[in-house]
Amino acid sequence: MARLVGRRALFAVPVLLLVTFGVFAIAAASPFDPVKAYAGTAGLTASQENLDQLRANLGVDRPLTARWWDWLTSALTGDLGDSSTLRQPVADAIGERIGWSVLLAATAFVVAILLGTALGVLAARRPGGWLDRAVTSLAYTLEAAPPFWLGLLAVWFFALKLGVLPSGGLTDTASSTVTAGQVASHLVLPAAVLAISQLPWFVLYVRQGVGDALGDDPVRGARARGLAERTVLLGHALRSGMLPVLTLIGSRVPELITGALLVETVFSWPGIAAATVQAATSVDFPLLAALTALATAAVLLGNLVADILYGLADPRVGFDG
Amino acid sequence: MRARSIRGAGATATAAAIAVAASACSAPGDGGGDAKNSAVVGIAYEPETLSPLLGYGKDGNSKIFDGLLTHDADMKLKPALAAELPKVADDGKTYTYKLRKGVKFSDGKPFSSKDVVFTYETILDKKTNNASKTELDAVKSVEAKGDDTVVFHLKYPYAPFAERTVLPIAPEHVAGKQDVNTGTFTTKPVGTGPYKLVKWSKGEKLTFKANPDYWGGAPKVENFTMAIIKDDDIRATRLDAGELDGAILPPNLAKKYKSDSGKNTYAAKTFDYRVVTLPTGNKVAGDTDIRRALDTGVDRKAMVDSILYGEGKEAYGPVPTDSPWFTKGTEREFDADKAKKILDDAGWKPGKDGIREKDGVRATFPLWYLSGDKLRQDHALAYASDAKKLGIKVEVQSGTWEVIEPRMPKDAVLAGGGSPADPDFDQYTLLKSSLAGDGFNNMAHYDNPKVDKALEDARKSGDHAKRQAAYDTIQRELVKNPGYTFLTHIDHLYVVDKKFGDLSTQVEPHDHGLASGPWWNVEDWQPKK
Repeated sequence: MARLVGRRALFAVPVLLLVTFGVFAIAAASPFDPVKAYAGTAGLTASQENLDQLRANLGVDRPLTARWWDWLTSALTGDLGDSSTLRQPVADAIGERIGWSVLLAATAFVVAILLGTALGVLAARRPGGWLDRAVTSLAYTLEAAPPFWLGLLAVWFFALKLGVLPSGGLTDTASSTVTAGQVASHLVLPAAVLAISQLPWFVLYVRQGVGDALGDDPVRGARARGLAERTVLLGHALRSGMLPVLTLIGSRVPELITGALLVETVFSWPGIAAATVQAATSVDFPLLAALTALATAAVLLGNLVADILYGLADPRVGFDG
Repeated sequence: MRARSIRGAGATATAAAIAVAASACSAPGDGGGDAKNSAVVGIAYEPETLSPLLGYGKDGNSKIFDGLLTHDADMKLKPALAAELPKVADDGKTYTYKLRKGVKFSDGKPFSSKDVVFTYETILDKKTNNASKTELDAVKSVEAKGDDTVVFHLKYPYAPFAERTVLPIAPEHVAGKQDVNTGTFTTKPVGTGPYKLVKWSKGEKLTFKANPDYWGGAPKVENFTMAIIKDDDIRATRLDAGELDGAILPPNLAKKYKSDSGKNTYAAKTFDYRVVTLPTGNKVAGDTDIRRALDTGVDRKAMVDSILYGEGKEAYGPVPTDSPWFTKGTEREFDADKAKKILDDAGWKPGKDGIREKDGVRATFPLWYLSGDKLRQDHALAYASDAKKLGIKVEVQSGTWEVIEPRMPKDAVLAGGGSPADPDFDQYTLLKSSLAGDGFNNMAHYDNPKVDKALEDARKSGDHAKRQAAYDTIQRELVKNPGYTFLTHIDHLYVVDKKFGDLSTQVEPHDHGLASGPWWNVEDWQPKK
């Protein structure tokens, strides 16, 4: 297991290098002008001299490779540079947002896995039964529903019609302090929407996996030995049926990130997503590179976790494979 | 190891998630105070920075800070950190400010002339990334005379200079000790203003608390929150859900609150214009007859009614018709027949497809608008449809500023702008021929020697009558040879809960500042008990 982790870590280095360089290259090729983005509306009345001075100060007229190398070398020493759009160090910008994004994504992920597994197992028990048909068609419908739309629908129903849940923000709008209770109530809608947008995949995979496993020899054998249905289902079928799901968990990370992006926008959640969009459209190199590196690391880590879980769950799969 | 370690891993993950959740929460505290003394408003824009050194609050009214001067409800200058209006000497090249005594920054440190000098010098410093520093172009040097007097020396006589000194003053003892472009002062400002920033949760909200030691008296509304909600519909939804006491809304969404008994709707008069630039470098748009025909042949009233739902007015120049600087008699009556006659007389004859031609040139030119801006799109399409009826084909296209900018010398653009403080601010950069193609200044490359001269006269003279005469000249010249077709001035609409009583609005610029709207003077609000 240690070897697997070590090898993956080693593999991550060139990937991260390539991805961050790619970000710089794409951003440099984009038609957006970082100076215009920095100046904002003030740029529309600024003189050319003023804009040229800004260009020099921001260092955006330097060649792409030099900028990337500078960013990389200072990033290795722990200095992620300064974000031009947010007017603050990148480390601070990410630091004050990422916790909330992780909280949102992790809650949604856990809910999606638990709920998805439960529904999947229920559906797999009687393939073709009414429960199976209901769950599967619900899953397909949800799969087609964009998280943005689900979010607006949830706001309309729970915040506006029923008035039971806050419609956005991290805490009550008037509140100046962050309390656990407030965050919890404000987390419900965005996390639920994000979870629901992730749910169909888990439901369908678990249903398939468990359904197949129920037909396998070991499970049939277990049934034949007279073991309780519960033991057969949860102890045998789910165990082997979960294997494909474990792989899925890792591969869902990228979609979780993009889903969170939309959900954070709808619910004014002060996470990393808004900063990412802003960084991209303003060609904020340091922030964009750091965020991309972070997202890449999250994906690599997700895959690693999936493989480790797979290895742990199925002893036939070695860690060296 | 297998089964147990899976459970172990699960437990660890759960513990980690709880730890993240717990560490992200600070100690419990108050829930924002009772409703009477707190106000929550929804705004559409988030500032990039709260540092005046980088441009925040440059037009005054920043809540956390004060300028030397400030505006009253009628946009008249009045003293703030200065004790009185400045003394102008040396033919308008020296401005002397006496400072108010006993003013303290919200951290308790005294305010003095060196903070003023520090603020202006830092903004003018080449290393400071302030995109608005062009506005202080006239300043040669700033000098402190003792603790309570500041003298500005200008490069040239500049009549509207006092209007520029509404910009907020930063404390040298805080901002002077860090990187001006990225230091913590940009997000955790300290000023002399009526409110102190409690927290800026980026992308979510700005929370303010009243400054009990404010020199102008402690505000009654003690807790003030600005929620940043970019989407118009979501802002309206949260207003309906009771999470907001007030919000800025587009005309179509503000409409329904007119009949709401619990809320007041305010339409703030503005200098915010929408205009079509008619570049001199374009054979068609640069033709005076075409320009004059378009000027009388577009139906501005219809645009106000259908695009703005009546919340705005027709524009004939950067100066709105109800401003004292407006030259009466320069309104252009909508008259399509007159417009056609202008074109006929000038030799622009209709071709086979109805599009006019003259000397082998077809009367057609492109018109760009900023993609995604619905209001500009509507204006551009209405303009093109009116022009079509005259026999001029305007091809409407959308793009980002990166696409539009290089085309500005030849192609028309649907632009916006407007600053109410002084007529010089809009007109000089819009019409001065030497500024053609300088960034976004004089986008139409307008070139009219009479206008050039009047612009210089107007800014140099400190005499109001002389300035008025110069601006009259400019507005009459714009009738004879319009380099732009001004279409509308747009009202900004706000909805606020009635519990705060009857509020007022200032005349607003194009830019939606943070403190525009009925909350421009939130420190003076008297909530009903």
